[in-house]
Amino acid sequence: MKNPVAAATPLFHRLVPRAGPPVPITIDGEPVEAQTGDLLITAILTHRPHLRRFEFAAGMRAGFCLMAGCQDCWVQLADGRRVRSCSTPVEAGMAVIIGEDPQDA
Amino acid sequence: MLDVAKRDPAIVVVGAGPAGLRAVETLAAAGLRPILIDEAPRPGGQIYRQPPVGAERPARDLYGFEAPKAVALHRLLDRLGDRVDHRPDTLAWSLLENRLDLLSAGSFDQIDFDRVILATGAMDRVLPFAGWTTPGVFTLGAAQIALKAQGVAIGRRVALVGAGPLLPLVAHQYLKAGAEIAAVLDVTPLAPKIRHGLGLAWQPATLLKGLWYTAHITLAGHPIRFGVKSLRVEGGARVEALVWTDGRGREHRVACDAVGASFGLRSEAQLADLAGCRFTFDAVTRQWQPERDPEGRSSRADVYLAGDGAAIGGADVAELAGERTALTLLADLGRPVDASRVALLDRRLARQRRFRAALEAAYPFPGHLLDAVPDDEMVCRCEGITVGRLRDTAKVREAHEMNRLKAFTRIGMGRCQGRVCGQAAAEILARTLASEPAAVGRLRGNPPVKPIPVKETL
Repeated sequence: MKNPVAAATPLFHRLVPRAGPPVPITIDGEPVEAQTGDLLITAILTHRPHLRRFEFAAGMRAGFCLMAGCQDCWVQLADGRRVRSCSTPVEAGMAVIIGEDPQDA
Repeated sequence: MLDVAKRDPAIVVVGAGPAGLRAVETLAAAGLRPILIDEAPRPGGQIYRQPPVGAERPARDLYGFEAPKAVALHRLLDRLGDRVDHRPDTLAWSLLENRLDLLSAGSFDQIDFDRVILATGAMDRVLPFAGWTTPGVFTLGAAQIALKAQGVAIGRRVALVGAGPLLPLVAHQYLKAGAEIAAVLDVTPLAPKIRHGLGLAWQPATLLKGLWYTAHITLAGHPIRFGVKSLRVEGGARVEALVWTDGRGREHRVACDAVGASFGLRSEAQLADLAGCRFTFDAVTRQWQPERDPEGRSSRADVYLAGDGAAIGGADVAELAGERTALTLLADLGRPVDASRVALLDRRLARQRRFRAALEAAYPFPGHLLDAVPDDEMVCRCEGITVGRLRDTAKVREAHEMNRLKAFTRIGMGRCQGRVCGQAAAEILARTLASEPAAVGRLRGNPPVKPIPVKETL
């Protein structure tokens, strides 16, 4: 993506405030705050426009069905785990690795 | 020696949505202790899905008019306590003979059942259109779940596209929550909705709710555009606009950063398939469905089917069918059942069938989208298999049947196991051959029905 502002703008947009304490995670090494009650997909997409690189061609992915059916939202964690982010609650200390689209790097 | 004839039969219900919950309630009332397997951490299914711990909100905010039904179902398992063996966070990933394979919190288990009720629900029916794999394009169901389960919108400015009653509902919910809507597009025409309006009056409350949502979004300045002919998402790394063609062929472009689009619902029938249930093609919804008699029996004597997992009927039908199917199971076990209750349920289900027939006629299958989709567009979002590859393979390699097409192209072999691409691929194959989807067959299912860690199978 050529426009750096658009590249960094998150996808999801919070409409309902949440009461619980913030949950610290990192995305590609950068510390961000998720919220108590977030699924991992929400924690990532309220800070980033993507979840992962597409393995079969250039391009990025950001999930699709949010009901654990399409398998589009699997993400890589630094501890070696791969998790389906729409059915995984966020945990403090999760270190998400997204990477960049090789086309844009 | 244990007298096996005298022990209670092992009854398993898969799915804790409206159908599965009413089924276990009925079985528990008869003194059985059913095992309830559910992938979600909390009961309710997708329609009455509960937010995760820490993201709870008042039921009225989450479920609107349906809040009393949702709350009643959510409380059902608390009320039944240990009369139901509820196993949340548990994926039933295979069903062979009389054994269910389970995965829960990374550990592997099996259950041998005497009888099973499959209440596995549905997901959005997906059809490809230009740009549909762009990050920021979600299903309409996903747009709703983001709001209900997480209190987020899928974007700052959202276009919503549908082919069913979910469209006005999600548009209404987004507006009510304060989201910005770019467009509300229905790919089916308006005329059949007027023509079949009388049939929809078989469920007057449901019809009125639909009209209410439609009136709300119209008054808010976002009237539904009906009869949309084609769709194209612009933007590479993220959504920048949705371009659409109206019924007269005029092109429109709306700026947006997210799209919620899907085209009706599709049964999650993978376990019924693995169980060996016989499937038939339903010409109205153009889907292969496990055969189910009006009392809830599949073609296999010990496998029962309830709710949207066998045929789309919606949440109210699922509640009725869950109870009805459990009563059938009890009768088949030789237990006494209340004949007047059975008759009441059958009358309600018959009324719902007349409503459903009118609803399906009001929202015909939008096959024109598949004629408009370009060759270089993906149909398989798991592995990037294109529409053109399917069309070419059908012609050049004479793949005239879905499993032959799969062998040549890998269609349906990705992580989603054909959930997303299966119906679209069959329609594309049929259209390429100038045939019918009934004639090209369906993808054979294989375990696991969803990805599981390799170590779990060893």
